[in-house]
Amino acid sequence: MTTATRGAAREAAGGAAPSPELIAAVLAPGARPPRPGALSASLTFGWRAMLKFKHVPEQLFDVTAFPIMLTLMFTYLFGGALAGSTGEYLQFLLPGIMVMSVVMTTMYTGVSVNTDIAKGVFDRFRSIPMWRPAPMVGYLLGDMFRYTMASLVILTLGLILGFRPDGGAAGTAAGILVLVAFSFAFSWVWTMVGLLMRTDKAVIGVSMLVVFPLTFLSNILVKPETMPGWLQAFVDVNPIAHLVALVRGLMDGSVEGDAVVWVTGWGVGLIAVFGPLTMWLYNRK
Amino acid sequence: MKGDTFMGKDALMSDDHPAVETSGLIKRFGDVRALDGVDLTVPRGAVYGILGPNGAGKTTCVRVLATLLRPDGGQARVFGHDVRREADAVRTRVSLTGQYASLDEDLTGVENLVLLGRLLGHGKRAARERAGRLLEAFGLTEAAGRQVKNYSGGMRRRIDIAASIFNTPDLLFLDEPTTGLDPRSRSQVWDIVRLVVAQGTTVLLTTQYLEEADRLADRIAVIDRGRVIAEGTPGELKSSVGAGSVHVRLRDAARREEARGLLARVLGADVVLEAEPVALTARLTGASDLNAAGASSDLNAAGAASRALAELADAGIIVDDFSLGQPSLDEVFLTLTGHPAEDAGGDTEQEAA
Repeated sequence: MTTATRGAAREAAGGAAPSPELIAAVLAPGARPPRPGALSASLTFGWRAMLKFKHVPEQLFDVTAFPIMLTLMFTYLFGGALAGSTGEYLQFLLPGIMVMSVVMTTMYTGVSVNTDIAKGVFDRFRSIPMWRPAPMVGYLLGDMFRYTMASLVILTLGLILGFRPDGGAAGTAAGILVLVAFSFAFSWVWTMVGLLMRTDKAVIGVSMLVVFPLTFLSNILVKPETMPGWLQAFVDVNPIAHLVALVRGLMDGSVEGDAVVWVTGWGVGLIAVFGPLTMWLYNRK
Repeated sequence: MKGDTFMGKDALMSDDHPAVETSGLIKRFGDVRALDGVDLTVPRGAVYGILGPNGAGKTTCVRVLATLLRPDGGQARVFGHDVRREADAVRTRVSLTGQYASLDEDLTGVENLVLLGRLLGHGKRAARERAGRLLEAFGLTEAAGRQVKNYSGGMRRRIDIAASIFNTPDLLFLDEPTTGLDPRSRSQVWDIVRLVVAQGTTVLLTTQYLEEADRLADRIAVIDRGRVIAEGTPGELKSSVGAGSVHVRLRDAARREEARGLLARVLGADVVLEAEPVALTARLTGASDLNAAGASSDLNAAGAASRALAELADAGIIVDDFSLGQPSLDEVFLTLTGHPAEDAGGDTEQEAA
């Protein structure tokens, strides 16, 4: 490589060629900063998730249009048949449909993880000396924003349609908070699935198999008392059913201690099992 | 841990471990042994090339050394740190530019670099400042605000390398840094590699091109089916293979035998008659006296060719066309292994990704 060709190359690029002097200058050794803490690294990944929303706003479609569709569909489809009137049914349905929308949205965590791995950006993250779970926690922080957004979209629509929570503003806010926190825990299942599957289609396929039974075979759409005994037995242990009971209770202003224990137990259990599994897979990829 | 993160150039010059040291390194993917007992020693402060065809195990080797894959057997040390047990210590000293841009394509160039800077522990302002300087140095200031997915291949490669030197690493892995690049971008990458090495960073690069290894690397390891089959300086390697070849096409097929004798005498080389009745090829051996001066083999091949052409002209043999050929990777492989370079296990490298 001669100076002549190098000069010609720079000319052809219209000045957009690398500058040897500047590269030499940036390479000069400087003090390396200490590694970031766990929180700082996680928040940085959360920031990355927010940047992605900014550049690819379409990915917020599933937390805006999709919940609106679900709410309208089920309110007007089942309202008359199940509760006598849509207004009456909405009072029962809204907290549940909020849970259903958000839980369905959690599936996309796995898709994001899977897509990133396929693109190679994970290599970069994995070769940085930092708190290992930070990228995963970062996804979940970004996703908590999505969950909150989906919840607020549904709440707003519900209020417009006539939903009046007896638990008031505080109860409603507490309900959304519990929902978002539980979804954070539940999403660790998807980070694991995202690392396990070869393609994003497979991630969606597996996620559907889990999410559909958990959300439909629950107390979201109908009262479990109307179900056959074996199905009631499933609903009794279904974590989503307990989550719905708690969120509904908070919004109604009548919380059952049972539900609090179940939801906390499931939340802690999910993180305790799927968090380490995720990290084990992540370290072995 | 704190000691590692603060380690500067002075500290690392004082220990005398080689940049990379492996012995009997093994990595399996199912039944395939992607690495089948790799022994490597990469000295500090130079460019080390790993040359091999697709599926030879180059990528796997680099990924093991960069702590992205765990080896199944053998030893691998980077600056004396075991890649399995002291992965974080290794990570503070190395960085990797993979075959595929390891950046977030949805984010802009500057966002990618700032993100990286923050993850490396820089404050917001310091991260932004250094990101700006890197983008400028790599000729990417104008593209800083564009999403990386809209970058050309050459720009991607540059920002990827810029990302890899956000903290100046002691060892930089470049996995096929110029595969798929146009000639101009390729020469830019070569320039960058030289600059990085000039600043004291050791570079370990993989390539499928003998020319690239020859131009950049101080030492080369040839790898095939997960094993190192030859190692040495480019000169040593090429002299074991031959310094290249001179292809000649004559006007008059009747004088080919005469030309053959003449070329064999002048070049001290094997001369092969091609299928075309007017064509013949002299395979230059690196050990011939033409190479004794130790000049680069390009010059030697050219010198040999001009001498041969002059002799042919003196003898009244008219040459219609001639060309010089470097030994290709295929020739290197054929000589070293007795089998041609083949895409043995393209899948192996895929699995590594």
